[in-house]
Amino acid sequence: MTDRVLDTLERVGRAAIAGVAEVGFGAVLLVQSVVWTLLGSKRAQPVRLSMIFERCMEVGIAAIPIVTLMSITIGMMLAIQGIYTLATFGAEQQVTIGVGISVVREFGPLITGILIAGRTGSSLAARIGTMRINQEVDALEVMGVDPVRFLVTPALIAMLIMVPVLTFWADLVMLAGAGWYISVELGMSMGAYVDNLTEIIVVDDVLHGLGKSVLFGLLITLVGVINGALVEGGAEGVGRMTTRSVVLAISAIIVTDMIFAFITTR
Amino acid sequence: MSEAASMDHPQDADDREVVIEVRDLVTHYGPREILHSISLEVYAGETLVIMGGSGSGKTTLLNTLLGLVRPTSGYVRLLGQDLNAIDGVERTRLRQKMGVAFQGGALFTSMNVLQNIMLPLREHTKLDDTTMQIMARLKMEVVNLSGFDDLMPAELSGGMIKRAAFARAIVMDPRVLFCDEPSAGLDPVVASAIDDLIIDLRDAMGMSIVVVTHELDSAFKIADRICVLDQGNILMAGTVEEVKASDNERIQNLLNRRTEEEILDPDEYLRRLTAAKD
Repeated sequence: MTDRVLDTLERVGRAAIAGVAEVGFGAVLLVQSVVWTLLGSKRAQPVRLSMIFERCMEVGIAAIPIVTLMSITIGMMLAIQGIYTLATFGAEQQVTIGVGISVVREFGPLITGILIAGRTGSSLAARIGTMRINQEVDALEVMGVDPVRFLVTPALIAMLIMVPVLTFWADLVMLAGAGWYISVELGMSMGAYVDNLTEIIVVDDVLHGLGKSVLFGLLITLVGVINGALVEGGAEGVGRMTTRSVVLAISAIIVTDMIFAFITTR
Repeated sequence: MSEAASMDHPQDADDREVVIEVRDLVTHYGPREILHSISLEVYAGETLVIMGGSGSGKTTLLNTLLGLVRPTSGYVRLLGQDLNAIDGVERTRLRQKMGVAFQGGALFTSMNVLQNIMLPLREHTKLDDTTMQIMARLKMEVVNLSGFDDLMPAELSGGMIKRAAFARAIVMDPRVLFCDEPSAGLDPVVASAIDDLIIDLRDAMGMSIVVVTHELDSAFKIADRICVLDQGNILMAGTVEEVKASDNERIQNLLNRRTEEEILDPDEYLRRLTAAKD
C-alpha cells in the first residue's frame, strides 16, 4: 500500500518536473529567438527575410480558404442561435449586439487559434520531429547553422504576424456571414446592419481580440516546437508528439483566453 | 595495452600535423558511462576508421567528436580548438572546417539536391547565386551526381543520397570529413563505389577523414589506420595489417564475424530457450 502511494507520488513528481522543464525550454526558445532576431546579423547568422516570408505564406496565405469557410459558417451559426434565443423575448432585432461583440472579442481569435493550432502547430511539431529523427537537426548544428535561428525564429515571427492578420480576416468574414443570415431572416438591410455594428463595436473590442491572437500565435509555435524537439522513437514518436502538440496548444489557447478575458475586463 | 599505446606514436607520424586530438574522453548517457577514457589522434591527410560492433560506443564517439554530445570529462580538440570551449562566431568558423556525411544522409527533405548542397554556402558566404550554383555543381561532379540538381531527396536512391550527403559535406572544402556508416544499407557494388569516393577525396583534396563503420571490407579498403572500439574502450589502433594480425580474442571475433552467442555456454543457451516458454 505504502509502496503504491510512494510510486504514485514519484510518478506525479516526475511528471511535474518534466512539465516545468518543458515550460523552461519554451522560455529559452523564446529568448533565443529574440536574441537571434536582434543580434543574428552581428553573429554572422541573420534571420532571413526570405524564410520568414516563406513561413508567412504557409502559415497565413495557405490557411485563408479554411479560415474563410469556417468563419462564414460560425458567423451564420451565431446569427441563427442569437435570433432563436432572442425570439423568446421578442428582441430579435438586438441580435447584432451579441454577434458583433462576441465575434471580435471571442470567436474570431478563438476559432482562428484553434484552426491554426490544428494546421500549423501540428505541422511544426511533425516537421521538427521528423528532422530530428532524420538527423537533419544534427546536420544543421554541425554545419554551424543554429537550429533555433534557422527553424524556430522564422516560424515564430511568421506566426506573430499572420495569426492576428488571419484573426482580423476571420472577424470580417464572420460578421459578413452573420449579416447575410440576419438580413435574409429579419429583413434588415446590410447597410443598417453595418451601421449597427459600427455603433456597437469599439476599437478596444477589436484590439482585445487581436491582442489575444498574438498570444495564441506565440503559444502554438512554442508548443509545436517543444513537442517536435522532444520526439523520440521513430514514426510512432512523431505521431504521438504531433497529437500531443495539438491537444496542448488548443488547451493552452482556451485557458489563456479565459485568463486574458478575466484580466482585461476587470 | 602496448597496442593501445601505439596509437600515441604511430609510425612516421611524429612530424605530421594532428588535426583531431582526443584525450581521456569519458561520455555518459544519463547515469550510464558509454566511453571510458578514450584517447586518440587523427593526422592530416589520413583516413582513420573507427570500427566496432553494435553497442561498442562508436556512434557516441562520433557524436562527441562532432560536438553533438558533451563529454563528462576529457576533451576533443579539432584543429587545436575545443568545440565545447568556444562559442559564437568562433564556433561557427570551426564548424565550417568540418564536414559530416550522416548515415541516412540527413538531406533536408524540403529542398532539392542542389539547394541542399548550396545551403552551407548560402549560410556562411556572401557569394551570389550563380557562383554558389557553380561551386555546388563542381562538388556534384566530384561525387558523380551531376545532372540531378532538381530531384528531391525522396526521389533519390540510397547510393545517390549518400553521394549528395558527401557533396554537401565537402562543399565548404573542410579540413576534416566525418562519415557515419558510409556503406551501410547499400548493395556491394554501390558500397564499393562509395569507398572509392572516400579514397579519392583523401587523395585529391588532402582531407583528413574519420569513418565510423562496422563493415569490415569497407574498413580494410579505405583505412590508413583502424581504431577498434569495444564496450567503450579502444582495443587497439593501428594499420590494417596490424589489426588483421592482432591476436586479441575480441578483435578476432569481430574480424571473423563471430557473435557473442557463439561464445556462450550451450547449456546456458538451452536453459534460456526453455525458460522463455513459461
